[in-house]
Amino acid sequence: MSIEQVLFYVFAVAIVASASAVVFLRNPVGSAMSLVACFFFLAGVYVLLWAHTIAALQVLVYAGAIMVLFLFVIMLLSLTDTGPLVQLTPSRAAGALAAVAVFSALIVALKKLPDVAPGWTADPSQVARFGTIQYLGEVLYTKWLFPFEAVSLLLLVAIVGAVVVAKPRI
Amino acid sequence: METPLTPYLPIALVLLIAGGMAVIIPFFTGLLGPKSVNPVKSSTFEGGNIVVGSTRQRFAVKFYVVALLFIVFDVEAVFLYPWAVNFKALGWFGYATMLVFASTLVVALIYIWKKGALSWES
Amino acid sequence: MNELIHGGLYGGMIVGVLMTTTAMALWFERKFAARMQSRLGPTMVGPSGLLQPFADVVKLLQKEDIVPFQADRVLFNLAPPLGAIAAISVAAVIPFSADIIAADLDVGVLYLLAIGALGVLPVFIAGWGSNNKFALLGGMRALAQSVSYEVPLVLAALVPVILTGSMKLSAIVEFQATHHWLVVWPFFLGVPAFIIFMLAMLAEANRIPFDIPEAESELVAGITTEYTGIKFALFYMAEYVHTLVASAVGAALFLGGWDGPFAPGLGWMVAKTLALFGFVYWLRWTLLRFRSDQLMALCWRYLVPAGVVLVAASAVWVVWVG
Repeated sequence: MSIEQVLFYVFAVAIVASASAVVFLRNPVGSAMSLVACFFFLAGVYVLLWAHTIAALQVLVYAGAIMVLFLFVIMLLSLTDTGPLVQLTPSRAAGALAAVAVFSALIVALKKLPDVAPGWTADPSQVARFGTIQYLGEVLYTKWLFPFEAVSLLLLVAIVGAVVVAKPRI
Repeated sequence: METPLTPYLPIALVLLIAGGMAVIIPFFTGLLGPKSVNPVKSSTFEGGNIVVGSTRQRFAVKFYVVALLFIVFDVEAVFLYPWAVNFKALGWFGYATMLVFASTLVVALIYIWKKGALSWES
Repeated sequence: MNELIHGGLYGGMIVGVLMTTTAMALWFERKFAARMQSRLGPTMVGPSGLLQPFADVVKLLQKEDIVPFQADRVLFNLAPPLGAIAAISVAAVIPFSADIIAADLDVGVLYLLAIGALGVLPVFIAGWGSNNKFALLGGMRALAQSVSYEVPLVLAALVPVILTGSMKLSAIVEFQATHHWLVVWPFFLGVPAFIIFMLAMLAEANRIPFDIPEAESELVAGITTEYTGIKFALFYMAEYVHTLVASAVGAALFLGGWDGPFAPGLGWMVAKTLALFGFVYWLRWTLLRFRSDQLMALCWRYLVPAGVVLVAASAVWVVWVG
């Protein structure tokens, strides 16, 4: 096994472990911190895929920004670590079933994927270029221009939504 | 051989060294420092008074609004970085695409400003 | 193998140099503050009190480590080391001279913004883990302040990236060495961006005038209220390292980094970093603390719009002039 493969398994196990901790920890802030750890290991996997830019953005946007939002939501709701860990209700049972169904569907879909992605090349110079910010910019602002512009509308909707929801309180 | 990991190796080592140091130093204080636990010393500090109520209380929604604004502008800024690197190649066309993108968000900034979401004091 | 030696060498060097500089900075600040207030400052330990910080560390190591009964033990103990690690690891991408740089990442600017932004999470978990009202308020304020100032910080850091066309820190300094320092030309873009960048960096490092999270006049000691001995010192150290790294990054992005005549690059980089660092102290001992609402207003009403205008202007400048 090469060092990349070893690291991949290390990261994969760490991702699953920290993600389970998010669900099973009773302390809400502890869960949030496990999620940060999970994002970090995910960034590590991105690095192994040569996707340096995505790795940096993963940490900046998810571990930095989204987590702060989660923490504020925790503080807003004043979640505590009292109460039973799991209380089985019909809706929760349905949720668990749905999760299992989605997971199996993903496994089936993964099995059907070709071993080699379309357009993949073993040429080292091409591979090294693939995840760079230059290449990302090139395709984002030419080939994927419309989705990029649509993102701005999505962000606008998010802002208006936040203000409308919180308006009586600010 | 060039691998995706090469530039990250020093970072991993810095993390390792800093982490080791940050863990060892508090360990030493456990060896050297005195240990005498008593209920008064180990109670939560609240200006010398007996603690009133719970710490876990609900915080104002304005924190949440600020966090959401931050995410929106952070995502915008993140989109600006690949654009900035390729900017010379994209030229005025690139400028126009970013203008469309950014103007939507300037509209958002004006909206929240007028709605008073930026006034922290109230 | 070669990379391992290189990485280990620079990794060890960075941590070692940062620790020593932090200790020296402590001494410098106490002397500096004392002189500003017509006092002498430390004089007893070593020549002109130079060894005072080391004596302080030895003293702090012997202090009792108190964990309040009510505190969340795991988070409480985890927060100080995490804060120190986050502050130190940003330094890995700083170019100290043309060839002294631990990790010259392709996405260097994004790396330092990302890791720098994470520095606030340990501060918050310290506040939450202490289970103390003052500490929790400090942690909440730190989060709100940090996320707000992240926006002007990211925008101001974008200006050098647009002007030089690269996110590699070494390439940004190289560009300034072959053209002009960004605060020199185009100064109408470089100087405002530099000011916004430094203000936002100070806010992220919780330095006066932005030290709302531990405003001692209203929050006792903020997030550090329940911390004693060396754990308190780790927070203190993280703040100093953060300021030091902020000065170094500011020097690299806007002041031409290691570029300068007559002296070797390392000397110039150190001189510029220390000059900025000294300026931060000067501010600290001159200015008063902002109020929480003033802090947020300054960020969202002035710095963010100014940052957006600066980015747009830099783009126009690059397309027109070249």
